[in-house]
Amino acid sequence: MSAQQPIFVLNDLAGNPHSLSANRYSLVCFVKEDCETCNTAAPVLEAFHKAYGDTVEVLLISQSGDDTATFAATHMLSMPVLDDRSCKTAFEWDIESVPSVFWIDESGAVVSKFEGFIRADWEALATDIASRTTLPAAQIDWASLPAWRPGCGSKHLDPSVYDKLRAAADNSPIRARRIDVAASDDVAEFMFDQGFSDGLPLVPPTPERVLRMLGGTHRNPQDIIATVPPNMGEATVEKIAINAVMAGCKPEYLPVVIAAVEAVCTDEFNIHGVTATTMGAAPVMVINGPIRHKIGMNMQLGALGAGNRANATIGRALRLVVRNVGGASTGGVERSTHGNPMKFTMCFAEWEERSPWPALHVERGFDAEDSVVTVFAMTGGPTLIVDQPSRAPDQIAGSLGLGLEGVFLPKLRNLPVDALLVVCPEHLDTLTREGAYPKERLRDRIQEVTTRPMSEMVMNETSGAGIPAQTAEQMGPEALQKTVPKFAGPEYIHIVVAGSDAGKFSSVFHGWATGAVGSLSVSKKIDLG
Amino acid sequence: MVTILDPTDERVPVERQITTRSGILTGTIGLLDISKPRGNVMLDELERLLKQKAPEVDVRRYAKPTFAKPCPQPLREEIRNECDFLIEALAD
Repeated sequence: MSAQQPIFVLNDLAGNPHSLSANRYSLVCFVKEDCETCNTAAPVLEAFHKAYGDTVEVLLISQSGDDTATFAATHMLSMPVLDDRSCKTAFEWDIESVPSVFWIDESGAVVSKFEGFIRADWEALATDIASRTTLPAAQIDWASLPAWRPGCGSKHLDPSVYDKLRAAADNSPIRARRIDVAASDDVAEFMFDQGFSDGLPLVPPTPERVLRMLGGTHRNPQDIIATVPPNMGEATVEKIAINAVMAGCKPEYLPVVIAAVEAVCTDEFNIHGVTATTMGAAPVMVINGPIRHKIGMNMQLGALGAGNRANATIGRALRLVVRNVGGASTGGVERSTHGNPMKFTMCFAEWEERSPWPALHVERGFDAEDSVVTVFAMTGGPTLIVDQPSRAPDQIAGSLGLGLEGVFLPKLRNLPVDALLVVCPEHLDTLTREGAYPKERLRDRIQEVTTRPMSEMVMNETSGAGIPAQTAEQMGPEALQKTVPKFAGPEYIHIVVAGSDAGKFSSVFHGWATGAVGSLSVSKKIDLG
Repeated sequence: MVTILDPTDERVPVERQITTRSGILTGTIGLLDISKPRGNVMLDELERLLKQKAPEVDVRRYAKPTFAKPCPQPLREEIRNECDFLIEALAD
């Protein structure tokens, strides 16, 4: 054994600083006042100090703060008893329990170390000290001492203490700027003042919370996941973790948030445009694969609404990354005419097990066992489609189609615009009551029931939207009799299953400008290491 | 003190927000003497000028127990509750 122990400077009870002396034997023991085993060891340590103190520097390092004085008085200790109430030295020396003994030679190398009170260890130590120092053995009635007594856990291993110490350590993975908020400031108010918030309260991203969050991913905290528009800020894993803490995420949600940030920051998704458009688009996240169950996402009753921490905070964390790392503040680059609640959060999981169809991620080329996040740029929703009486599959499919008429404006058709249809279980049961009803058939049915002559799209006194009168005139009556469906192609209709078993209410999200002109939906596999 | 980590891309320094200035002088002005010598002389003169040039404005006087310590919380609250503006006299 020859490892050098980290340097420390700690004060004794009189306030005098002590460190390990060079060129001298040292016996260091970590203790806690409320540890029975430390109280057993204390008289032995005092006897060591009396016997060998001239040659050996005996130092006790106490974790008990103000109670250290009680410990010293109880055992009439005459050696320096040092105050390590922050437990920084215990952390750096990497002990596990107290008492923890280090027998150190003149070069600073550890000769031996042990924890707890195993009488044989202590006796062997006494013999070794006497032999090396050629001093008479300490007078200790070994037979009166217990043969074996386990130590107590070192205080620094208490999770709340340990995380703080880890965050403050020199090798901490934290690189973000630390902001000290004065005790007289309310940290919640401070974060509002700094513009970190979406308008709701935030969880303070303390270093220890961020460290715990980083434990949710195997990724290096300094890996750059994306550059986030509009400011092209670098979203490192650490920055995403900070925003995830503020959003209220658990560490196990972090891989989902990372994948979502990666997805929205692609050229295809175009988060800059999604953020900036006066139409008020927002990312809608659909989660597929085993992670849904692992992190307890809601895909059933109320899946599109409030009440589930994973759904709520994952969506919010993505928004906060765009706001804080990307710099997209409301009234700045964020310029929606109305905005919508999806700008706070919109994230849910597909109820794959309830669906007879291939899950969204499987449709998009992933394995069923992959965990995947898919993001859609949506301007409205969830908008309810109500049909309780229909009992025939084509009837309910027809109603779902009619429910999509409202995308942009009922009058507008042949739209190259996405819609995300969330089919509820009862509607699904009606669709499939006579046998399989593939998604392709549902898409075709939606197109079929929404098909109208182009003449209905011409601007008129009711609405100036649609085909301008002059264009209509040029087209002529024959061309205007041509019929077009709601969507420019069935591929614009995305279908998932979610919701409770009770209720004949499906929902739809209305898209933004789909395609290279605006945004394409993007799927990313979630990296679970 | 609480330490938090910066969630932004760190291009903008952390700054305190200054309350929006209305450009109008109405209501009550507090004059806070931090208890440094001759602070009262300056505040007396300010009070005289305010009464002369803005007679409709109320003036209230306050004093910190000592300039060497932060203003006690009850006094901060008293000033916040009673005043629209505050002028603090720092100098010797």
